[in-house]
Amino acid sequence: MPKVKVKRKSTAIDMTAMSDVTVLLLTFFMLTSTFVEPEPVQVAVPSSVSEIKIPETNVLQILVESNGRIFMGTDPGMRVPMLQEVAAEYGYEFTDQELATFQASDYFGVPIAQMKSLLNLPFDQQTTVMVEQGTGIPIDTTANPSNEFKAWVKAARKSNRDMRIAIKAAQNTPYSEIHKVMSSLQDLRENRYNLITTLKSVSGDF
Amino acid sequence: MAEVEQKDSGGKKKGKQKKMNIRVDFTPMVDMNMLLLTFFMLCTSMSKPQTMEISMPSNDKTLTEQERDKVAASRAITLILGSNDRVYYYSGEPNYEDWTSLQETTYKDDGLRAMLLYRNQEVVSKIRELKKEKIETKMSDEEYDKRAAEIKDSKTAPIVIIKATDDSTYKNLIDALDEMHICSINRYAIVDLAEGDEWLVENYEKKGELTNQIDREQMQQQ
Repeated sequence: MPKVKVKRKSTAIDMTAMSDVTVLLLTFFMLTSTFVEPEPVQVAVPSSVSEIKIPETNVLQILVESNGRIFMGTDPGMRVPMLQEVAAEYGYEFTDQELATFQASDYFGVPIAQMKSLLNLPFDQQTTVMVEQGTGIPIDTTANPSNEFKAWVKAARKSNRDMRIAIKAAQNTPYSEIHKVMSSLQDLRENRYNLITTLKSVSGDF
Repeated sequence: MAEVEQKDSGGKKKGKQKKMNIRVDFTPMVDMNMLLLTFFMLCTSMSKPQTMEISMPSNDKTLTEQERDKVAASRAITLILGSNDRVYYYSGEPNYEDWTSLQETTYKDDGLRAMLLYRNQEVVSKIRELKKEKIETKMSDEEYDKRAAEIKDSKTAPIVIIKATDDSTYKNLIDALDEMHICSINRYAIVDLAEGDEWLVENYEKKGELTNQIDREQMQQQ
């Protein structure tokens, strides 16, 4: 029997086209990307039909976890004046080194009494310590002066008059926690603020 | 494409010109690109989060009290956001005598939205006409907004008072606010829960037992 000769084919595939596509996609993503700011806690926000976009700067973001812990995030430029303001109100002083560390961190959420010890920790441990052991920014609406949340908002307003307040709360947060935040803001006559949501599509025309 | 024909003149055997086919292997390049691509895709936020703008009444007690009195009873709808995603509403003044004055509805399309659209049908139909007109006449956005605001400020449009109980969640509140947007209701307020409202809900849950109890007590006193 004659042997059937199988022609040996080269297995090398021409990757040029593939390379073209990936470079194209890469360029697209590099140009359109705005980096996600790392948030200390993941918060699942509710959805709404509102299509207003949040501005990128001049925002004081109030992050409310589902158990009512509060964190805050702002523009880097506002951070240090805010800390100095709040520290002066509660009688604390921070060194330049501590201020620089505070400037570099994205979100903060510890009582002002613990701020100093937190800022002296190694930088990479700060967020984890804050999230795992922290109690968030103390808020209490029973009209006592230790409502640090109010002090922070007041300080933020003082350092930036065009600042907008955005509340980003988890969808399963009890209303009682949100109420604390809202009434504190009302006390400060901050009557206009934004609630961060994700987009929900609505069927039908209304 | 990636083949370069090259005439190799300096081969091992001198004098013999050999045609060599140089093929560049693009596989590592693709690997690297894919890696970078994955990195960028995971690290970017493509869509900016949406927001809802709300303005709250100021906390001045005397002022809110006055404002609340101004709300005409015929136009007012009070929503009470209860626990476990339940929502109740009553129109106008609360009626403590009749437990059926408080009604329960849902956050679904055929619940709260249907009710609000029905109550606000005058404004909703006008807005719908305006939208149609906008598409036909290519109205500018500013003019549309201006006219929509005028329609929504109608004197007969309902005013919704949202009262959230402590057991309701933030999602419930957002859902309720969302319905205001959808149903073109311009006037709404988030107000603290009054004691009477809690009583109303409890009375509703017990199907009017509390009212009966009070009646009985009054009878005994007499």
